[in-house]
Amino acid sequence: MASNPRIIVVGGGLAGLSAAIKIAEIGGEVDLFSIVPVKRSHSVCAQGGINAAKNLKGEGDSTWQHFDDSVFGGDFLANQPPVKDMCEAAPGIIDLLDRMGVPFNRTPEGLLDFRRFGGTLYNRTAFAGATTGQQLLYALDEQVRRHESEGKVKKYEHWEFLSGVIDSKGICRGICAMDLHSMQVVTFPADAVIICTGGVGAIFGKSTNSVVCTGSAQSALYQQGAYYANGEFIQVHPTCIPGDDKLRLMSESARGEGGRVWVPKKPGDKRDPKSVPENERYYFLEERYPKYGNLVPRDIATREIHKVVYEDGLGIDGGPMVYLDLTHIDRKVLDRKLEGILEIYEKFVGDDPRDIPMKIFPGVHYTMGGMWVDYKQATNIPGLYAVGECDYQYHGANRLGANSLLSCIWGGFVAGPAAVQYARSQPTAASNGAFDAERKRQDEANAMLINNQGDENPFKIWRELGDIMTRNCTVIRYNKNLQETDVKLVELLERFRRVNLSDKTLWANSTFAFARQLYNMLQLARVIVQGAALRNESRGSHYKPDFPERDDKNFLKTTKASFAPDADEPRFEFEPVDTSLIPPRARKY
Amino acid sequence: MANKSILLKIKRQSDPQHAAIWEEFEIPYRPNMNVISVLMEIALNPVTRQGKPTTPIFYDSNCLEEVCGSCAMRINGRTRMACSALVDQLEQPIVLEPFSKFPVVRDLAVDRSVLFENLKAVKAWVPIDGTYDLGSGPRMLPEEQEAAYPLSRCISCCCCMEACPQFNQSTGFVGAATISQVRLFNTHPTGKALKSERLHALMGDGGIHECGYAQNCVEVCPKDIPLTRSIAEVGGAVMKQAFADLFHR
Repeated sequence: MASNPRIIVVGGGLAGLSAAIKIAEIGGEVDLFSIVPVKRSHSVCAQGGINAAKNLKGEGDSTWQHFDDSVFGGDFLANQPPVKDMCEAAPGIIDLLDRMGVPFNRTPEGLLDFRRFGGTLYNRTAFAGATTGQQLLYALDEQVRRHESEGKVKKYEHWEFLSGVIDSKGICRGICAMDLHSMQVVTFPADAVIICTGGVGAIFGKSTNSVVCTGSAQSALYQQGAYYANGEFIQVHPTCIPGDDKLRLMSESARGEGGRVWVPKKPGDKRDPKSVPENERYYFLEERYPKYGNLVPRDIATREIHKVVYEDGLGIDGGPMVYLDLTHIDRKVLDRKLEGILEIYEKFVGDDPRDIPMKIFPGVHYTMGGMWVDYKQATNIPGLYAVGECDYQYHGANRLGANSLLSCIWGGFVAGPAAVQYARSQPTAASNGAFDAERKRQDEANAMLINNQGDENPFKIWRELGDIMTRNCTVIRYNKNLQETDVKLVELLERFRRVNLSDKTLWANSTFAFARQLYNMLQLARVIVQGAALRNESRGSHYKPDFPERDDKNFLKTTKASFAPDADEPRFEFEPVDTSLIPPRARKY
Repeated sequence: MANKSILLKIKRQSDPQHAAIWEEFEIPYRPNMNVISVLMEIALNPVTRQGKPTTPIFYDSNCLEEVCGSCAMRINGRTRMACSALVDQLEQPIVLEPFSKFPVVRDLAVDRSVLFENLKAVKAWVPIDGTYDLGSGPRMLPEEQEAAYPLSRCISCCCCMEACPQFNQSTGFVGAATISQVRLFNTHPTGKALKSERLHALMGDGGIHECGYAQNCVEVCPKDIPLTRSIAEVGGAVMKQAFADLFHR
């Protein structure tokens, strides 16, 4: 039994850092692994804010209302007790972040200011300008640096997780990781391991996610026996800026602060948007959803934009774009509350959104599904925990805006102490051959990849993967297309065997590291596609025109995928959802 | 226009031990490209302009929206972020080089861990009692938040250090980013508990007095952080602290 257990945390975003802080605080020691220096993690991209029912606007908001909005917004697919716990903890988390120095926007009296976000009628979202994720991550990063200087946290930055070390009893005893500069493969023992590796955006090629969000770690662990749950639920954010290298998010806060989505009523209207008179504009979200208007939840806004472009043929200039208009709002207000995101639009598009309506389109944004965990964030592999976007716990079939930062921090606060408690209750592991065996397995995989003499380029395979996944497995899904996609994935996996790396050196070889990630992306893509094919209903982000209704009788269930090594593909089972607190009701906005 | 292409000259170094060489590339033009999408294009088909097969370029990147601070490099001689460097606004050939004042890892990636060490040295954090539920934070007027927020947007890209003539081996200057963080934490109601420790860390070798007021830092900062103002304010505070120290020995 270890009284000062050593816990490995993989990933240094909000989830990983909050877990690390809790562990250090209760006497554990942390080895923190991250592909990038932790301050550069993807959490910095979150813009709009973090939800907590502080009820500081006299609206009668409550943590129960936050809980109800979240469960309803997620179309009843989330197990309810952990969501309730998260919503109840949220006001305390905001206070803690405030104490850590997050520069949240203030009211004239000096209290925290809150704004409205999608899927709720309450002003419940605390925010720090329009770079809330960055500000939250920095606050946690600073606290971790403090623990690091006291010797409680050791960072391994520029290291990539390759696999778990799982012993003959099926218990996770540590990890196998690769130094991304020396390319050396090393195993690290731990009393418990917490995976906090974010979303899987790269499986769709271009998304709003950062470069490191490949899902490679989750996939590796799924291939080692961890369950992967609700993989088919991928959030497509309604408002993104299309780009050549990635899709850049245009935060929901733009609509929260009064931004209006519209298209010209006349198809192919070539006029400058400012010269289109009010009565010739179609504010389709406001007309179709009078109560919530532009702040309907993301899955709904995305489908409406899709429809207005592809069914009604009203996209700007006939193309796949609609206007997101802020030009009616005072410049000073925009600068104070939205500067960070307006700056992104200005820098990357070249127009000033204070003067010219922005052109936006939906893009892959968030992974609701993820590693299956219990209410203590433990996976089905003893000693292995998962937290943050890489788990499936809190968002059901659709995540509400400004709930992700909250779920990352709350999940870390649950998992950190749970992992320490687990470690303290375990007898010390007898040394066994699992470490050598795992390192050997990874060394062999590396040697095979680097020496391969084929005719395939991993970046080209990735492009094909992203194209077909985006085309067939995002906003609108048909079983025929999903089946075709799975056939294509098998073909890509086959072609992966013939990958010939254009760089075979053994120092800082990003092509090599990427090829390893790509293999894991292909395996996990099959979980997403087959899960989508099996779910013959429409729920949250998952929409099938052939099955347009939610079907609680057959599908109020968590999809659980496990890897069948011999068949080299996923197997599926379904688990009932805990709806003990709020009975499912029809989801209408 | 159909055959338009983009010309590049990239400084490459296979590892810290080897000397740098230059390679030229020519890739097909598409509208709205940035330097990152150009580097991605090279990875798809890593062949030089002269037709010689080579390796993809190694560089740091992550968010690609200028908020993670990863992809800083020298582009046409200017210190900046590659993701927000739009090809349509750059003269060709586009010349890419790694930062010159940090150890090269490979090609365009350098080791910038010195900044994170500096942040440790100045205790750039708010010393909270713990993460338990201890009630609300200090009240703060909107004007105070509006002063703190711009400082808190520093992405640790190190552009200010690369561009600074005083940031070099002989001075060991700590650089503008760290000094500005000292200003941020010293003005926070709880953060200022460590004020004098932070100011002391900026005295002595490599401290704030090494600043030569070239003002390059504020010019290259991608986040428009008022760095020179931070240096002036913290410089004044360090002087006051040094003076106070004289009478408290």
